[in-house]
Parts: sequence; structure tokens; C-alpha cells
Amino acid sequence: MGKTIAEKILGAHCQQAVSANDIVVADLDYVMGQDGTSPLAIQAFREMKGQKVFDPRRVAMIIDHSAPSPLEGVSALHALMRDFAREQGFNFYDIGEGVCHQLMPEKGNVVCGDLVVGADSHTCSYGALNAFSTGVGSTDLAAAMISGKLWFKVPESFKFVLNGQLPAGVYAKDLILYLIGQVTADGATYMAAEYVGEAVRALSVEGRLTMSNMAIEMGAKAGLMEADEKTLAWVQQHSQREPRPVTSDPDAVYARVEEYEVSNLPPQVAKPHTVDNVAPITEVAGTPIQQAVIGTCTNGRLEDLRIAAQILQDRKINPQVRFIVAPASRRIMLEAIKEGVLQTLIEAGAAVVTPGCGPCVGTHNGVPSDGENVIPTANRNFKGRMGNNKAFIYLASPATVAASALAGEIADPREFIR
Amino acid sequence: MKFNGRVHKFGNDVNTDYIISGRYKFKTLDMKELAKHVMEDLDPDFYNKVQSGDFIVAGTNFGCGSSREQAPWAVLYAGVSVVIAKSFARLFYRNAINCGLPLVECDTDRIEPGDELEVDLAQGVINNLTRGEVLPIKPLPGVMIKILQDGGLAEHFQKYGTFNFG
Ligand code: SF4
Repeated sequence: MGKTIAEKILGAHCQQAVSANDIVVADLDYVMGQDGTSPLAIQAFREMKGQKVFDPRRVAMIIDHSAPSPLEGVSALHALMRDFAREQGFNFYDIGEGVCHQLMPEKGNVVCGDLVVGADSHTCSYGALNAFSTGVGSTDLAAAMISGKLWFKVPESFKFVLNGQLPAGVYAKDLILYLIGQVTADGATYMAAEYVGEAVRALSVEGRLTMSNMAIEMGAKAGLMEADEKTLAWVQQHSQREPRPVTSDPDAVYARVEEYEVSNLPPQVAKPHTVDNVAPITEVAGTPIQQAVIGTCTNGRLEDLRIAAQILQDRKINPQVRFIVAPASRRIMLEAIKEGVLQTLIEAGAAVVTPGCGPCVGTHNGVPSDGENVIPTANRNFKGRMGNNKAFIYLASPATVAASALAGEIADPREFIR
Repeated sequence: MKFNGRVHKFGNDVNTDYIISGRYKFKTLDMKELAKHVMEDLDPDFYNKVQSGDFIVAGTNFGCGSSREQAPWAVLYAGVSVVIAKSFARLFYRNAINCGLPLVECDTDRIEPGDELEVDLAQGVINNLTRGEVLPIKPLPGVMIKILQDGGLAEHFQKYGTFNFG
């Protein structure tokens, strides 16, 4: 019987053939924590009598969620992380370096075939690079830092066959929002999503990262893709480590297979307060907005900033709108400066904040007021997500966010693309 | 492992931002302090109402959203003994077991707010004392029972120094 990517990668990391639902203890290639989860993991590390991390070259911690620190309490937790990183000598990325899920691939910490855990739910992002990566909690992170291992239940797989080509003005973000709307917030719980087909191959690696990033929003444990020339070129450009591409066998067994034709897909928006509350743009166009945000681990990459700049070139955002831009990493910010992309955005009215999570999770940098509508390129719109449970969050693509910032209301980007 | 208490009932898709909001979790490692805000956005009075040993009972996909382990810790520190739901999101599931918070999957439609329950994990049943009903529950995988019996993953590691499911 054939194997899926998930079964093969997990099997390769415990040196045995495994099938869905087996429980295994597997060796990890990389372990990551961010500032919301690492302090608790450090506490657990001590409690577990950990002495040294299993391999400092395979551990990273990142300060991105509340960076720079807005509060004394947060500063103390950041200091705890810095001390621990110095003591252990692993890779440490301090404020301004970027958001964890951008840095892990960008710094070359992930290659095809890897098994990676991160104490952050969107760790599933690296599935776009043909790695099995998944989110864990702080105690799991501590156990992984000590032993270099973690236990896993081998997931069943859910195959999404995506045929056709996305039309102009419609992006990876629209596609993944559409799929989440179709299968719902728990449609792939415990499963590994596997995205295949012409529409996936046509995406850039950046677009693929957006799709894998949001696999968790349908409950999935991973959002996997096969490696092609684009993946390999990208990985080799960023990492010294040898990629080990893994493909699913033609006779692999899937718990569910769904096929979609994407050629006529309109831009999509997830309405408050759940990510699966998805509607085509026509249904929400005209909703007034007070804040627009481009950034986050979902859509804060150079390609995203370029798309926004293309729409905003020589235009000014609506005076009723606050427009916040948080590049996903320092490197992206520098490239955006060199290309003039950032200048375009600033001239249009953007407030640029430190590379990192930006306003995504309500810890700093742009908490909305009561009753306000926000349109970010983020991945979650739960009540209270951006720090105010009386605000309303609409998730969309960078193009839709840029068009909406111009219009002062949710707007169809196809009307603004030049 | 046997627990007695009253039911506090919630709906489907209770996410980790509702269990403990991001605006608190970044500030402190003091779980007693975080526990005061548990479920606050769904029921502002929850922390005051919940008695030690009580149960959170919910619909499908409980704990969806972020990997924050503060969510199960806050539930545990608020005094909740077991969370009972139709289904759980996998990150919450893992984290809860690692913290030593037992979870039970069963059909929760027949459990009402305020019901008195006796949850018997070893026997795999819930006795609804208010309604005189017995509800079967789905047994946990062996690895999880082992971690719970050790008192959580930190205690498991203290004992063995690594994973030991032998
Ligand atoms: S950008 Fe948002 S979703 Fe991504 S890691 Fe940061 S807080 Fe989480």
C-alpha cells in the first residue's frame, strides 16, 4: 500500500514504516519557539531538569509577538528568553528580525523532508517547502529541546486537488480562504492537508507559504505540498542543508479527497468572527473600514507588499482609514526599501511598524476601538483577536486590503488593478 | 481517576482566544492570575461561578486556534477538573494532556448547564447524576493515559529524562 508525504516523513524520522493513526516517537530536525510560548517552555525546561538543548544548531527562539516590548511584564519575559538563549547558545532572533514563520524558512532552518515543531500554531507554514511541520505547546517545546524528539500520532491525509488557474486579482489567500469556507474550521482536524494540482504549481513559493500557513484554520496538523523546481531553487537559495524531497505514492490512502476548479474564483473575505465564515467579495463590498493592515506570517512578504504598492502607487488612502504595514522580516523590509515599494506605501499613507507580528494578535501596534471594522491580511478574525472584543475583523488578500484602504470600505481589488 | 462536579456549558468552536485572550497571556507566567480571565469573553463571570472540580462541557472543536498552553493551564488553575466536548482541536488536546488536564470526548447534547456529573476515566463512563443517565466516553490513547498518570509531561520527563512509553 502506498504512503502519503506525512507517513513518509514521519516514518523516515523514526526509522520504520508507519501508517496513519500509528503513534511514534520521532527525531526532530528543528525546534522553534516565539515570545508568547517560549517563557513557559523555559520554565518547563527547568522543571524537567533539562541541562542543555539537544543541539543548539537545531533550536531557534524568536521575539516577534510583542516586539518591541510594550509593557514591563513582557520585558521581563523577553529578558528571560535572552538569558536562556545566551546560556544555551542556540539561534536567537531579537526584535525587528521578523515573524517566526518568515524567519524559519528565510534563515535556511527548514528544507524539504524535514520534521519540524514550533510552539506556535502556524508552524504548519513550512509544509509549503515539503517539510512536515506542526505547532506544539510550551511543555512539548521543552521536551523537544531536551530530547530532540517528540511523540506524534501519524495523521490521516486530506487531499485538495486544485485545478485551473487563478484569475487576475485573485491570489493564494483567496484560494485558501475559499477552501476553509468549504470544509469549515474543523473539516481537517487531526489530518494533514495535502495541496496538489495545476493551481498550486502555478503559485510562487510565497503564495504557497500563505496556503500552508492557514491549514490550521481548518484544524489540520500540517499543510503539505510536493517540492518542484521552484521549491528546490528557493530552498537552495536560503539554506546550506541538503533538501530531501518527498512525494506521495500514486496509491497512497487518503481519508478524504476534494477537487476544486479555481478559474472563476472571485476574491474572498472571511467575515467576523470565524475564519470559515467566508464570502465572495461582492457580498461584503461597501462595508466601511477604519483600519487596514498588511503583514503577518500569512501575507507580509515582499510579493504581498509589491501587490499592495502596485494598487497604491500615486494614490492616497482614504482619510478615514489607518493603514498599518508590518513587513514579515527585516530582510523583506530592506528589499522593499530598495525596490521603492515601501516608499510607495508610505506616500500612500501607510504607518510602517517593526518587522514581526504587527497588530495581528492584539499585543501592541494598532489595537482597534469599540465597534471598528478592521481588514488585515492576517489568518484569524476571532472576537478579541486584535485586542478588542468589540471590534470586527475581515480577513482578505493584500490586494483587497490595499483596495479597501483606498476606498474606505471593503472593495473589490479587480477594480483598482492597473 | 474519578471526578465530581457541576456543568458549565459552552457551544461549538470555543477558540483559545476565548479561553484566555492574547491580551493577558503575554504579560505573565502567573497561571493563577491568568485563570481569573478564563472564558472571560464568552462569560465574564465564569471565574467567580466555577467551583473546584467543576466541568467545562462544550460542542465540537473545543480549543481551536493558537498553540498557547496558557489555555489549558488557565482552565486547570480555575479549578476545572475535566473538559468534556464532542471534539477537540489537536493542539489544545496535546497541551491539555501535557499539563495534566484530562479531556473527554462524548456526545454532549444530553448534558445541560448545572447538571451534576461523575466522570470516571478508568471505567470510561460519565454518570449524569441529575438526569440518572450513563454516557459512554471514547477512551484516550495509551500514550496520553501514561502522561496523565505521571501528572503531565514535565513530571514524565522528571521521572524518565526522555519519552518512555514502554
Ligand atoms: S503574525 Fe499573527 S498568526 Fe503569525 S505568528 Fe504572529 S501572531 Fe501568530
